[in-house]
Amino acid sequence: MSEALHVHPEVITTHEVHHDEHGHGHHQETFISKYVFSMDHKTIGKQFLITGIIWAVIGGLFSVLFRLQLGYPDQSFPILETFFGHWAKGGQIQPEFYYGLVTMHGTVLVFFVLTAGLSGTFANLLIPLQIGARDMASPFLNMLSYWFFFLASIVMLSSIFIHTGPASGGWTMYPPLSALRQAGEGQRLGTDLWLISMALFIVSSLLGGLNYISTILNLRTKGMSMTRMPLTIWAMFFTAVLGVLSFPVLLSGAILLLFDRNLGTSFYLSDIVINGEILPNEGGSAILYQHLFWFLGHPEVYIILLPAMGMVSEILSVNSRKPIFGYMAMLGSLFAIAILAFLVWAHHMFVTGLNPFLGSVFVLLTLLIAVPSAIKVFNWLTTLWRGNIRFAPSTLFAIGFVSLFISGGLTGIFLGNSTIDIHLHDTMFVVAHFHIVMGVASFFGMFAGVYHWFPKMFGRYLNSTLGYIHFWVTMVGAYLIFWPMHYQGLAGIPRRYLDKRGWSSFNNFTELDKMITIVSIIVFAVQLMFVFNFFYSIFKGRKVTTPNPWGANTLEWTTPIRPGHGNWEGEIPEVHRWPYDYAKDGRDFIPQTEPVGEHESKH
Amino acid sequence: MQTLFIVAILALGFLITFQIAKASEYVAVLRGEERARKQTNRINGFLLLAFLIIGLIGVYYCNQKLKGKILGAPASDHGILVDRMLYITLALTFIVFLITQIALFWFSYKYQESDKRKAYYYPHNNKLEMIWTVIPAIALTILVGFGIFYWFKITGDAPKDSMVVEVVGKQFGWEFRYPGKDGILGKKYFKNVDPAGGNPAGQLWDDPANHDDIFMEQEMHLVVNKPVKLVIGAKDVIHDVGLAHFRMKMDAVPGTPTTMWFTPLYTTKEMKEKTGNPDFVYELSCDQMCGKGHYSMRGVIVVETQAEFDAWMAGKKPQYYTANPDKDPSAKKDTMATKPLAVVAGGK
Repeated sequence: MSEALHVHPEVITTHEVHHDEHGHGHHQETFISKYVFSMDHKTIGKQFLITGIIWAVIGGLFSVLFRLQLGYPDQSFPILETFFGHWAKGGQIQPEFYYGLVTMHGTVLVFFVLTAGLSGTFANLLIPLQIGARDMASPFLNMLSYWFFFLASIVMLSSIFIHTGPASGGWTMYPPLSALRQAGEGQRLGTDLWLISMALFIVSSLLGGLNYISTILNLRTKGMSMTRMPLTIWAMFFTAVLGVLSFPVLLSGAILLLFDRNLGTSFYLSDIVINGEILPNEGGSAILYQHLFWFLGHPEVYIILLPAMGMVSEILSVNSRKPIFGYMAMLGSLFAIAILAFLVWAHHMFVTGLNPFLGSVFVLLTLLIAVPSAIKVFNWLTTLWRGNIRFAPSTLFAIGFVSLFISGGLTGIFLGNSTIDIHLHDTMFVVAHFHIVMGVASFFGMFAGVYHWFPKMFGRYLNSTLGYIHFWVTMVGAYLIFWPMHYQGLAGIPRRYLDKRGWSSFNNFTELDKMITIVSIIVFAVQLMFVFNFFYSIFKGRKVTTPNPWGANTLEWTTPIRPGHGNWEGEIPEVHRWPYDYAKDGRDFIPQTEPVGEHESKH
Repeated sequence: MQTLFIVAILALGFLITFQIAKASEYVAVLRGEERARKQTNRINGFLLLAFLIIGLIGVYYCNQKLKGKILGAPASDHGILVDRMLYITLALTFIVFLITQIALFWFSYKYQESDKRKAYYYPHNNKLEMIWTVIPAIALTILVGFGIFYWFKITGDAPKDSMVVEVVGKQFGWEFRYPGKDGILGKKYFKNVDPAGGNPAGQLWDDPANHDDIFMEQEMHLVVNKPVKLVIGAKDVIHDVGLAHFRMKMDAVPGTPTTMWFTPLYTTKEMKEKTGNPDFVYELSCDQMCGKGHYSMRGVIVVETQAEFDAWMAGKKPQYYTANPDKDPSAKKDTMATKPLAVVAGGK
């Protein structure tokens, strides 16, 4: 084994004593500075992850609640009334409550879980570890980034408990619905809190993103040229760039909306008669908000997806014991996706009355994204081809990611084509599409990452039997839930219909809705099992005994099993090669820290 | 009680699973981790293959079971184009789906870890990468080409002889306005909206084009095989005119009128026969989240022959007379161009 070059095996110590061993001039750590207001990127990553997990449980629970309504609209669940009072009068979820639930489900999962929880966790954890830095460029801003996220979380959480309930205008928060207090209960205080929370979230995301970018650009260790970086880091880099360029636009959209709500401006409002009241606003454009929103909203999809793609590339390569196929093409396609992400936002607006010519331009640009996506898929397939694959739970989740990305990506070709979008827009088809490609796929990427890097985070393994059960139930469940849902969309059933009994065209999927609800409950239960496995294993999991348990090339596995603040004992290792030298010249793997041998073949 | 029961079962199942999982971890350590890992590797490899096969059967079964429920043939000329585009895309993407999913799971199964094999060092191949850049690009060009061609047909200008109907969404229902004999919708202004004063649409009565406009709610009548142009608006928040059977959809935005046009191909009566459903109706659904009543914002469309439509229209009274009863010829019995009407307008 050659990976032990820079490892000090005697540092396999317990948690309590290890800060004594780090003599690189770090100040004395207290509980508060170590676990709460920590500036260690690894701790901040864990904070993001654990907060993300808590949010995921809440957001997932919301979906179980509204699935109950969708599957059993005629049945009453008295227990709901016990918990939610007038929101579930007579054990039936009330429409305001239903819309509050879907809005919170979307907001929480898109922003708090799959943005903060996913890139917040892994960008923080992996960037310094994989590029060979002691910490982020600015550990203090990094800490602020988490605490702004925490504040945003508190504000959002509080909106669930106020009398008029949380925001209920859908996670996209389109005005005028979201701008008018008269439009419904959720449009009162709940929406203001939603906007404030999002503003805080955007601050958090910008602080994080700027830090990730400057760290990657400036703090790479000796020899770590940009093209020697693992694809995870490239993915995090493009994610951060997307976030930094697009989140401010959402902020402006949100602020204008706050003005319209509270200061009497008319950015989005014109010609409105609501509940018999004629409003004075004239000259605003409701569609303006949609442009601002989707200018973030579409890149946001890739902010969610790119880190998952990066981690999947890394994990597939490590576990098939084979280099990632077409590193430069992978990088190029990440770049192409990042650029195109900014040029396709109006495909969410084909039926808003958009100029048809403009629509056709967006069709072209949207379908263009399928090219880099296809390259990535084929490259992952070729990475598996003639490998020697180890099915760790992380590998299975990575394979599941590719499967879901294919399925969900292909339905994107339907929706990106404006002609078909006329029929499928805002139907259950859209719900099925983005849940597979953005929701479940990114979750799979995240799970793959958690299973793979858990040993690095906590020095222990997750229980892999529970991991396998987790994977298989989630995989089968995800397809059972979302595959047939496409048919509901093809039948024209609109999104956000909590009860279809009043309709003759949409009322023939009763059995299917029941099935989907039951499967969602099972899948949710299995996620709880994962959460249990996660917290149990932090304290009681099997201990990691070797610094490089997966036999991987990247730098994070050259640190001690439980690295302290500063990551490496002594010098930061120097890098001599790209991270994907697996199966080269008959050797299982060659870490990045190993100098290129004289007789080594070129790649 | 039932809920409690389910929770208890879940908890119990979880406990058992957890115990087994812990036990298998200990067993693995005892039996030698390497051996245990290789065994689970084989199991998972097999499961991946099984997932592929059962999954593909599932895809077929799902299609057999659900394809009969997706509305049937499109009921408008544009709908035919939309469906054609849908099936072209479906054919192309399904081939890609099959190839990639089979490759994914087959490779996973075939190249699972084995002591007999060494992984193949294969970092890149420019020719291969070129092939799978160019082929998707060509396929997508085809899709974009068809898509844009149909898109311009559908979103192009409505034929000159189209009938015009104004559709307005509000929380939570639909209002319709027909232009009357002159074929012109009169001007309106939102500050004139006054349902109590007989002016729910906010029509400007000093515009003579308004004097014959017919207003109604919840039900719209269209003529079969006659193009119709919908002028769409909203009073309060954004709604969306969703016509699933016609495969048409357009947002209703307050302050920004939108339009769409299509030609209905079958009368409601014909659809009843075609679908074998005696209760068939064309439904107009709101497809854009608009508040707590969103899911119930339903309108009905009746497609009928020209003769039936004319007879129905003859029973309607212009809103002008409802708002200004003193001008109503049927009340004053003077000779105006319009026929005397006895029926009260309402449209329900």
